[in-house]
Amino acid sequence: MDSHIQPQGAAPGVDPRERHGARSYLIGLLYAVPLTVASFWAAKTSLVYPPAVPVLLAALAIAQMGVHVAFFLHISSAPDQTNNLLALAFGVFVTALIVFGSMMIMSHLNHNMMSMDELIKIQR
Amino acid sequence: MSAAEQALSTGSGMPLALRGPAPVRVVAGFGFWLFLLSDIILFAALFATYSVLSGSTAGGPTAAELFDQKHVFLETMCLLASSVTCGFGSLAVQRADARPLYFWMGATFALGACFLRMESQEFAAMVAAGAGPSHSAFLSAFFTLVGTHGLHVSLGLAWLLIMLLQVKTLGFQPMVSRRFFSFGLFWHALDIVWIGVFTIVYLGAT
Repeated sequence: MDSHIQPQGAAPGVDPRERHGARSYLIGLLYAVPLTVASFWAAKTSLVYPPAVPVLLAALAIAQMGVHVAFFLHISSAPDQTNNLLALAFGVFVTALIVFGSMMIMSHLNHNMMSMDELIKIQR
Repeated sequence: MSAAEQALSTGSGMPLALRGPAPVRVVAGFGFWLFLLSDIILFAALFATYSVLSGSTAGGPTAAELFDQKHVFLETMCLLASSVTCGFGSLAVQRADARPLYFWMGATFALGACFLRMESQEFAAMVAAGAGPSHSAFLSAFFTLVGTHGLHVSLGLAWLLIMLLQVKTLGFQPMVSRRFFSFGLFWHALDIVWIGVFTIVYLGAT
């Protein structure tokens, strides 16, 4: 059993017993820089099928957020990190609900509403 | 011992109920973590607003016409580098080592200030070109989202200055270290929000 595990759970961020040294930040940088460069490249390249670009950008962004969470914030699936991970999962859930929910509702609204020009024509 | 029992008693071998309260460092860190997640939910609302309104340009400039990718790339690199230097600074806080702390946190402050300066230049240029927040729904949403992030970065810089002064006057007391760790979390979280900003706002425009 890992003797580093804290019985009451660990705080997020830097570990008081330096489980993660400077190496963790350097590895994170090593992953984050190529991901950022790839995002900026993907946005203006003509090599990728254009309708697939937003999906590629989303995948790169989510990957980079994962890198930041794992290597900079040191959130992991270790037993003493359960509280932090559960809180994070709830945050991600609410964020997804707000963003995708709003986008879905508003696009349906736009779809079902008459365009402004036609509406004005009817009112005349 | 079953797997569940083992999971409940990791570390000490004592049942969860008999272990007493968690140390202040853990409670404070977790509380700040919850605050950060609620802050990210605030940003989620602003992101949702921006995604819905990004096409409503009211005949004004569109996102693709306004943004300079090179400028944004430099901003992104500033913030990413400051995140890493902040990490090195947190390690120095942990070792209670003042010199590397001042060096790395000084670098964090400089990079953060660079980022803010570039952002305010961009905002000033847009307003001067007649693309201010009052021009269209798209621009209102843009200035609110990116401006809120910029405001967080400025508050973070003020916090960093205060923490450096506290280390100077109070030394590495547990209270000061705890606050410094919370600052580190805040700074890394801002960088994560920025990933969303540059992907959705700046790269989504092309």
